[in-house]
Amino acid sequence: MAAPPAAIELEGLTRRYGERVALQDVTLTVPAGTTLVVFGPNGAGKSTLLRVLATLLRPHSGVVRVLGRALPDDGWAVRGRIGLLTHEPLLYRDLSGRENLRFHARLHGVAFDRVEELLERVGLRLRADDRVHTYSRGMVQRLAVCRAVLHDPDVLLLDEPRANLDPAAADLVEPLIGAASGRTRVVTSHDPAGGLAEADIALGLRGGRTAFVAPVDHVRNAEIGALYR
Amino acid sequence: MTTRAELPHTESPAGPTRPPSDDPPFVPLRVAVAALLRKELGLELRAPQAVPAMSLFSITTLVVFHFALQRGQVDGDLASGVLWVTLLFAAMLGISRLFVADHEEGGLDGFLLAPTDRTAMLVAKAVGLFAFLAAVEVVAIPAFALMLLGPSPPIAAYGQLAALLVLADAGIALVGTMVGAMAVQTRTRDLIVPLMALPLLIPVVIGAAKGTAPLLATAGPHSVEVRWLFVLGLYDLVFGLLAFALFDYLIED
Repeated sequence: MAAPPAAIELEGLTRRYGERVALQDVTLTVPAGTTLVVFGPNGAGKSTLLRVLATLLRPHSGVVRVLGRALPDDGWAVRGRIGLLTHEPLLYRDLSGRENLRFHARLHGVAFDRVEELLERVGLRLRADDRVHTYSRGMVQRLAVCRAVLHDPDVLLLDEPRANLDPAAADLVEPLIGAASGRTRVVTSHDPAGGLAEADIALGLRGGRTAFVAPVDHVRNAEIGALYR
Repeated sequence: MTTRAELPHTESPAGPTRPPSDDPPFVPLRVAVAALLRKELGLELRAPQAVPAMSLFSITTLVVFHFALQRGQVDGDLASGVLWVTLLFAAMLGISRLFVADHEEGGLDGFLLAPTDRTAMLVAKAVGLFAFLAAVEVVAIPAFALMLLGPSPPIAAYGQLAALLVLADAGIALVGTMVGAMAVQTRTRDLIVPLMALPLLIPVVIGAAKGTAPLLATAGPHSVEVRWLFVLGLYDLVFGLLAFALFDYLIED
């Protein structure tokens, strides 16, 4: 059987913030429908990698292809097919949950039925008309998950997606952002066991450089632990 | 609103790899502008910030002028200058706040992830700022007339003043949107906005003040010289084109 096409291809990706190198010479391929888990301590470049893939940051050198399109030139062609979940929920605090999702639905050309469906699925329907600043952190995270998958993206970029979620809430969002969703996913994690369990490929970053990139079967917990020492 | 008819609206919990859609989705500019504008005005109505602050500032400035000039009434060039300095300084507050919610709450990133023309943000922000300026002028101009202006100009002069306000506000809104987008990405936006916007808006002040002076002169002629309307219109055209060309680069990385 033919291998699935690559959803994400990086060759020598480098990104700097001024003089500081955030990512240096990162090379990997993520086949469509698989999950890449990214490990690394704070400041290792995980969030920067997600923002480059989301077209929010330009690579300074190297090749970045998402869904077959080269970034940043063809960023317009992949924006509507990427879902991004970061530490920032990207929601307006003075709008209600429903107003926030409807705002993003308009920007993505998505029917409002989808908004109602997602609010129901994450258990926020009864609080949907309350302003977001009245929500708990877990509720904000659930709403942010709705925003990220609202347009049914082909690629999901998830920065510690289960942060702030209790086990019940994590179960609610799992069908939307978990491996069973069938999407190509890039997930950052600090949890070696959990991260490896939900992924196909693991990337270890330290100081913006690749410490390892391999199928999860070939990655040992000790290698992940070494990233944090 | 546009609906992506091809979009499957259910997940496939047990499905294998989802076939990626081939056609890049794209939302028309007018749809995105409407969504952004609705959000912009909705936020200001829900949690008023810019308009009350700008209105209060303009009234305070007029009070300061009232005492600083040590005159009960002004007219002509002086009245015009006082009015436009007040409106321009009030506008600085609105420009400083223009992108703050989007920057601090991540709305700008949310917009940048949407499959639409980035010009939508320029249009929506400029129209929003224009609306805020118009709302402030509804308060500030009567306050100016009550506190400082000499004999009230004839009714016909108000139509010409409205034309000047529309053209000047359009210029302030376009330049303000560009400067606001640049400034919000810096830690010193409250300094950057006046330092960048005021020099760029000097032609607007010249055109608006020169155009307004005869309308507020006690002895007349109570009509605007057409050339000042032309100057303001030309400024709007030039900065409209400049904003259209540059805005993508200002809000992107």
